[in-house]
Amino acid sequence: MSEQGVDRSKRQFLTTALTVVGAVGTGYIAVPFLSQMQPSTKAKAAGAPVEIDISKMETGQLIRAAWRGKPVWVLNRTPEVLEILAKDTNKLADPNSLESNQPENSNNEFRSIKPEIFVAVGLCTHLGCSPTFRPEIAPNDLGEDWNGGFFCPCHGSGFDLAGRVMRGVPAPTNLDVPPYRYITETRIIVGEDTGADA
Amino acid sequence: MKSNHLANCGNWFLDRFPLTKLWNDHMAQYYAPKNFNIWYFFGSLALLVLVNQLITGILLTMNYKPDASLAFDSVEYIMREVPWGWLVRYMHSTGASAFFIVVYLHMFRGLIYGSFKQPRELIWIFGMLLFVALMAEAFMGYLLPWGQMSYWGAQVIISLFSAIPVIGDDLSLWVRGDYVISDATLNRFFAFHVISIPLILIMLVFLHIVALHEVGSNNPDGIEIKASKDPWGHPVDGIPFHPYYTVKDIVGVAVFLFFFATVLFYMPEMGGYFLEHANFIPADPLATPEHIAPVWYFTPFYAILRAIPDKFAGVIAMGGAIFVLFLLPWLDRSPVKSIRYRGGIYKKALFLFVISFLGLGYLGMQAPTAGATMMARVFTAIYFGFFLLMPIYTRWEKTKPVPKQLTDQPTIEDRIPGWKATFCEMVKEVPVEKDGETVMSKRPDTSGIKNVLIRTAKNLKASLD
Repeated sequence: MSEQGVDRSKRQFLTTALTVVGAVGTGYIAVPFLSQMQPSTKAKAAGAPVEIDISKMETGQLIRAAWRGKPVWVLNRTPEVLEILAKDTNKLADPNSLESNQPENSNNEFRSIKPEIFVAVGLCTHLGCSPTFRPEIAPNDLGEDWNGGFFCPCHGSGFDLAGRVMRGVPAPTNLDVPPYRYITETRIIVGEDTGADA
Repeated sequence: MKSNHLANCGNWFLDRFPLTKLWNDHMAQYYAPKNFNIWYFFGSLALLVLVNQLITGILLTMNYKPDASLAFDSVEYIMREVPWGWLVRYMHSTGASAFFIVVYLHMFRGLIYGSFKQPRELIWIFGMLLFVALMAEAFMGYLLPWGQMSYWGAQVIISLFSAIPVIGDDLSLWVRGDYVISDATLNRFFAFHVISIPLILIMLVFLHIVALHEVGSNNPDGIEIKASKDPWGHPVDGIPFHPYYTVKDIVGVAVFLFFFATVLFYMPEMGGYFLEHANFIPADPLATPEHIAPVWYFTPFYAILRAIPDKFAGVIAMGGAIFVLFLLPWLDRSPVKSIRYRGGIYKKALFLFVISFLGLGYLGMQAPTAGATMMARVFTAIYFGFFLLMPIYTRWEKTKPVPKQLTDQPTIEDRIPGWKATFCEMVKEVPVEKDGETVMSKRPDTSGIKNVLIRTAKNLKASLD
């Protein structure tokens, strides 16, 4: 084919125009394709609040419930535990929970509405394993300094019994406290706050 | 005549498709170096395992149900009630581990003979992409049985995305398709595992081989056989891939299948390394197993993740441990390819790297105690040191002269007299009373053994220089 008499700038313009139109079209079709993988309406609607009966809990006992498919812990803490939590704060990364997630009514010393009843999402803030409940003092495998808490078997993060993370472990923040409130003295509902922001 | 019709049919086909040309270009007249040793089996074996995975995988999909409430039971159904289902399932699960064994050895071959170096950088890059795709494939496949390890392994790995600043949480939500690992996640992982990633794998294998056949194979001497050609234009040190290496690879396949079948029939779970014990318990979103570890082939990278006491830095280190491998062709500044002619410093560095890689692999399976974490940090430092210091130490390297043509290595037959002599040196003949007669019997000779050990140690030290 002869190259003579070819208007190169016109050809360049057409090539560029086609490329731009094609790119825009690809961008448009990418939106539904990628959005397809977002949580469906059904998955979004599944986060209903759950009620937990705590009337039969003994002191020191931990019960587990499921909320939005995640484990939620309710722990009945003894006075001795609260004493330890109040003074044993020098090995914690965020003792005052400034960097951590908790509703306003649990943003206090013991990270709970009532000091003895601790409610938390039982997933490590590192990579989402569920830590094991290790309330004993100085067990063999966790060492002398262990004053009771939660230990993540996946990557070795430790938390105290208020869900506060130890220093020098991979987990970045304290365990999340979900929004919850007391319906009666012995029933709590997880997933709802005190109405103000719910 | 009938044969004429056949020939006509054949010609009709060949006029329309270059079958003869393809066969000659890639098999019958594709010249490969004549000195391939045992390390050169693993490429063809990887292809064999890929075919195994594809065939058994297709059969498994016929009975597997990608549904959170049915998946675990459907795997048990395959194991117990589908005719030969247990065999197909174990071929697939053993094949996954075999794939990584073969691929790790294949990559190590590249490290010792410099197969990643100019002009084979692209082969290495395609190979690394294959490795990453293979890891994605294995990870997604491991979720499908919907056991405890499936569930919590996926939970941990998808949470890695959430460590990325700003977009992390939305990204991991998008990958999961739900706020936790759920039916939505299982379903999409099934789609990726059986359609997208296998297609990508096959495409990358194609690119890997096209790039390889363009530049030709490296070899244990690390020199280019195309540099010296005979009058017909064929490399003097080359032999046609078919029949020489097709036949040789069949021997490799036979030996491989011997090991593969042994695992398949006698230890398909491999003591919890190939199929973890906790994965025989259905997924429970409320309780993580006491001891959680990924399957063995991920443990070196998992140990690096765990060694770093910071979430984002840990994820970066783990990703970096894989990414740095991509850069290998440009990190290594030594002009010599094969370890046979490289300086002692590279051999020692490579030795340390292998120790650290195996050490990390072991630590990744153990519980994260303080001592284990410290060891993992040391090994992580060595791992990265091997790559990041490479531009420096490979410049100092005192290389040996490289031969112009391929060298002959002693064969096993050549070595037998030497081994016999060593054995005789280590034993002495002593008279022993047996059934009333005095016979000469061989007993270990301490001084001889000592001499041999000292010599071996000296040889080992000399070979590292």
